Amino acid sequence: MKSVHPYDELLRTDRIPHIWCPGCGIGTAFSSMLAAIKESALPLEDFAVVSGIGCTGRVAGYLKLDSFHTTHGRALPFATGLKLGNPRLNVVTFSGDGDLFAIGGNHFIHAARRNIDLAVFCVNNFNYGMTGGQVAPTTPYGAKTATTPMGNDEWPFNLPLLAYAVGAVYVARWTTLHVRRLTDAIREVFDRRGFRFIEILAPCPTAYGRRNRMKAPLDVLKYFEARVRVRHDADPAEAQIDLESPIVVGKFVDRKRPTFLDLWSKRYAPDEDEEVHVA
Amino acid sequence: MNGDVACAEGAIAAGCRFFAGYPITPATEVAEHMAVRLPYLGGMHIQMEDEIASMAAILGASWAGQKAMTSTSGPGFSLMMENLGLGIVTETPCVVVNVQRAGPSTGLPTLVAQGDMMQARWGSHGHYEIIALVPSSPQEAFDYTIRAFNLSEKYRVPVLLMTDEVVGHMMEKVTIPPKSAIRLVSRRKPRGAKARHQPFSADASHIPPMATAGDGYFMHITGLTHDSRGYPGMDAPTQKEMVERLVAKIRTHAEEIMDVEEYLLEDARVVLVSYGVSVRSSLKAMFEARDRGMKVGLLKLNTVWPFPERRVRELATTMDALITVEINLGQIALEVERSAAGRAATDLVGHAGGTIIEPGAILEAIEARCLNV
Repeated sequence: MKSVHPYDELLRTDRIPHIWCPGCGIGTAFSSMLAAIKESALPLEDFAVVSGIGCTGRVAGYLKLDSFHTTHGRALPFATGLKLGNPRLNVVTFSGDGDLFAIGGNHFIHAARRNIDLAVFCVNNFNYGMTGGQVAPTTPYGAKTATTPMGNDEWPFNLPLLAYAVGAVYVARWTTLHVRRLTDAIREVFDRRGFRFIEILAPCPTAYGRRNRMKAPLDVLKYFEARVRVRHDADPAEAQIDLESPIVVGKFVDRKRPTFLDLWSKRYAPDEDEEVHVA
Repeated sequence: MNGDVACAEGAIAAGCRFFAGYPITPATEVAEHMAVRLPYLGGMHIQMEDEIASMAAILGASWAGQKAMTSTSGPGFSLMMENLGLGIVTETPCVVVNVQRAGPSTGLPTLVAQGDMMQARWGSHGHYEIIALVPSSPQEAFDYTIRAFNLSEKYRVPVLLMTDEVVGHMMEKVTIPPKSAIRLVSRRKPRGAKARHQPFSADASHIPPMATAGDGYFMHITGLTHDSRGYPGMDAPTQKEMVERLVAKIRTHAEEIMDVEEYLLEDARVVLVSYGVSVRSSLKAMFEARDRGMKVGLLKLNTVWPFPERRVRELATTMDALITVEINLGQIALEVERSAAGRAATDLVGHAGGTIIEPGAILEAIEARCLNV
């Protein structure tokens, strides 16, 4: 009898093997999302997953859901149109740090500011993996990449702080070492409404690790294990990542703010039974 | 009403209920009118953070089942080229309005030009076919916006409405026909088992039916080169099959997409070829030349892309000269020259932009040909 993996119903099994390198964390993050989707018991036809370009952007192509692999950086405005075009959809954006925060940074801050009802999962592997490991807006100061061969002289974004500052209602960070907690967080995100953001720190041994003395896939996970401090409700300002300090993970923000569609409906299609919370 | 408002009203009449845009002169009135009208029609207007996002948002809305539009001018049109390509390759119906102003770059934001005609044809990277309509009056802005939606829904392609600052800001009477008199086209939906649906499997028309996100088709849509299942195929055969179909989809239907009007061509020796606001100058010059006994006619291009090369070639075999009238230094004139293929003389009456073409300049060009042939 042919064995069936529990997530096969969510996968385009005819597209496997996937493109990700051995030791890459994207598959782990992807599996956590699959587990959360299954656990949520939400109707599968209501999910729409949008991704941009890059290694993480390839997630859309392996999902047996309505999935859109768009242009570099533009997953969020595409997702915005999809959600506003059909508010019933449960729109998820799953993309990488370069896609969402370099070329797509402007779209991120505006989608969060508007509080568009989107679940946004960002796999942060500290570099551009697909193109061979160039510096990203998340590369720690001093880290070596293909375009910072002697070390990075830019300061990276603190993504939880950025997401919090621009209005995300849910902000968390986990690593691919924290599979259970990451899955629970994604599951929790599916129960919330508004612009929700999880940063997922993930190893990229092929492009980033080998330039930063973490050549073996396990090295980055060991690094996470040694550095990570789980602190819920921490000040997102303490979430800055550098090569020396501990890495703070956990849930930083979980708050309510009316979504764009809440406010739109209140103005143009008021329903007296529905209470709209204005912060 | 002015041409921008007429365009917005045309979109509404066509069933457009989602508009995403970014303010830019001289297209802003389209967005402002949609912002006033759409919410009370069950639709939505959203002002995005830039034109890149506006173009992406209308693609997303289209996959959510909406008829969607954006409007812009030169600088914004440049920013839209990236996601216009995504719309072409994912075969996403939508309408993009370019109220042309003079460029390059910021150029003359408040003044007219027709300098984006080749950008409309080739502005996004890669090889593709596109549909572009050009109105010469507010009435045509209304009518052609409806047609733009119908063509985009039928052929599953972004359709460009290449209007300009003068048509956009010109106030003229616009007759809005009763709803029953407006013919609307909606995208063909897939039939048969959902599990077997292939999002890019087309019949002899080359146009695949289109499912809507959320309808349970579980489709994958990508900007990568893809096969009929929508799956990426990183090889030359998949590229050949996909690109050739995208091109054939428009080329094999070019005759029914193309729309030209002809004036006084029966006995003409010289023909003006023009489109948009320049048609108005051309008509004035044509009638004046006729009054002076010169045998001149006009070919008015209501669609510029696909280009009516067969008709231009036919005219070139019977006419002495073809004179293209446009507000640039020779864009559609190149297409006329290519189509005429040496069978007739070809001239250009154009300038760099900032004002309309003076009828006097066209008259001089007509005289030069009529006295010399």
